[in-house]
Amino acid sequence: MASIDIQNVRKTYGNYPVLHGVDLEIQDGEFIVLVGPSGCGKSTLLRMIAGLEDISSGDIHIEGNRVNDVAPKNRDIAMVFQSYALYPHMSVADNMSYSLRLRKTAKEKIASAVSGAASKLGLEPFLERRPKALSGGQRQRVAMGRAIVRQPKAFLFDEPLSNLDARLREQMRAEIKKMHADLKATSIYVTHDQIEAMTLADRIVAMNGGVVQQVGTPLELYDTPANLFVAGFIGSPGMNFLTGTYVAKDGTHGVRLADDMVMKLAKPVKLEEGTSVTLGIRPEHVTMVETGGIEANVDLIEPTGFGIIIHLSLHGLPFKIFTLDRAALSAGPKVRVDFPGQHLHVFDKDGVRAISLDA
Amino acid sequence: MRASKVISIGAHRIAILLYVIVALFPLFWLLKVSVTPNDLLYSEGVRMWPSRMTFDHFSFVIAHSAFPVFFKNSLIVAGSTAVVVTILASLSGYALSRFDFKAKYWIVGLMLLTQMFPLVMLVAPIFKMLSPLGLTNSLTGLVVVYTAFNVPFATFLMQSFFDGIPKDLEEAAMIDGASRFVAFRQIILPLTLPGVAATLGFVFTAAWSELLFALMLISGNDAATFPVGLLTFVSKFSVDFGQMMAAGVLALIPACVFFLLIQRYLVQGLTAGAVKG
Repeated sequence: MASIDIQNVRKTYGNYPVLHGVDLEIQDGEFIVLVGPSGCGKSTLLRMIAGLEDISSGDIHIEGNRVNDVAPKNRDIAMVFQSYALYPHMSVADNMSYSLRLRKTAKEKIASAVSGAASKLGLEPFLERRPKALSGGQRQRVAMGRAIVRQPKAFLFDEPLSNLDARLREQMRAEIKKMHADLKATSIYVTHDQIEAMTLADRIVAMNGGVVQQVGTPLELYDTPANLFVAGFIGSPGMNFLTGTYVAKDGTHGVRLADDMVMKLAKPVKLEEGTSVTLGIRPEHVTMVETGGIEANVDLIEPTGFGIIIHLSLHGLPFKIFTLDRAALSAGPKVRVDFPGQHLHVFDKDGVRAISLDA
Repeated sequence: MRASKVISIGAHRIAILLYVIVALFPLFWLLKVSVTPNDLLYSEGVRMWPSRMTFDHFSFVIAHSAFPVFFKNSLIVAGSTAVVVTILASLSGYALSRFDFKAKYWIVGLMLLTQMFPLVMLVAPIFKMLSPLGLTNSLTGLVVVYTAFNVPFATFLMQSFFDGIPKDLEEAAMIDGASRFVAFRQIILPLTLPGVAATLGFVFTAAWSELLFALMLISGNDAATFPVGLLTFVSKFSVDFGQMMAAGVLALIPACVFFLLIQRYLVQGLTAGAVKG
């Protein structure tokens, strides 16, 4: 296992920049998730760590050794592909042992490594089968088995679950987490699914447009998103945003919304009075009240079974509430909503989170 | 609904049957004439099968003509051409499929350009080039010429097969510890066997039946290939149809055997889409 150090790594295709200087230190044994929308450069970064893409500038170190010019085969890392990339003409056992055979590992060692991985992944009955005779979930397991038989320095996962159906994905997610707890291997996992990111990661790296937006534990990103992008990307249903101006008068701090309503903040933030801001609140933090608050029209009520998502239009803009209260199923046609001050997020006009000050 | 479906299937089958008849009739006629005794060839009128069969033409062709030499020459030329072209086309097709390099656009253009000229135009210059090298009247010369003419098309053919194989597979192999060449040889090439078989078959038949250059570059019987050799059955005053057809039937055998050998991979090629990474 190894630490991975990424220093000011850039990637350009011709004149088109894809990664604008990424810095990231990954500790030995850490599970890092790179998350972001398609085209944000997360897969490119992963492929650069694997050695499948050239590094335009910057350095990548694995275990302290600079690997910029080291061929993938000599980096001693394993990768699980979205397409599984199983060798169709080889049996499951041969797929899993291919890397060991290339390294001329002793036959007995290969056999024990393969049977060990197979028993861990429940693949024993399928060892002689070809990949095409397996289901999606089994193929996924073979791909993971191929990675773990080698005991590499690091595991790279490139959206490994996106070809599976929802239930299987949930199951494999848990298995990957268990496997990581078991092997304690340095892992870098690329996904666009923020649930996978939240559930798997020790630390999440949120990326957008080739720039790292925030690095932190899942709850750090959820509770204190560094900017509007992270606030909007992490969490489902997504955070609500309203525009307003910051007011700080007579010891009260708040955001004045379009209808002159002032939403009070629990703590003042480091902004000038009168600055235009974006106010964010997560759907589950919005409360419905009898009196006071803001009036909104109910557009749509979505029961998810677990909870209820209410789609509102507030000041003519879409707004969502998430509640576990079944009484909400009959809400409407108008409701009054309130925003508890301690759950409000304030972002300045550049979309950067305003620094909270102690009152 | 049902009746129209039956009619549509029936029409479909009949169309295929007609096509097969048209395609196979010359081969049937070849076989028919080859077993017809000389005295019945012109006397029986047009019959689908002669009243008496004979294999005399075959035994004569094998025992008393230069046909075995032509046959051996053709095997050498077509076999070597097929192998050499397939190796070159695999490598260049892989490069075109997987790598981006500066002159790629121009190389592809140049290869297309070579396919645009009628070959007759090139006979004289090719002769002029090969003659001082001592490659006229030699099988090696023919292999060189056929290889040059077949590589571009075979390259495009192989490229399309490589394009059909996900890049992920060789990347997975490279991460597993293979160099690019090992990944090519152990992972990609086995999956391209249908493509390799198709290319081998295509080039083999093209070289096997090539007449123009064989006729121009080869003068004696020693280095003549079978299509040239067939012309020896045409004499000044007559054409020995029986022997010529018998030689033709024999010449079909290697092509048939060859396709029998590779048909497993060709059929596999049709189902290759089912193998998803």
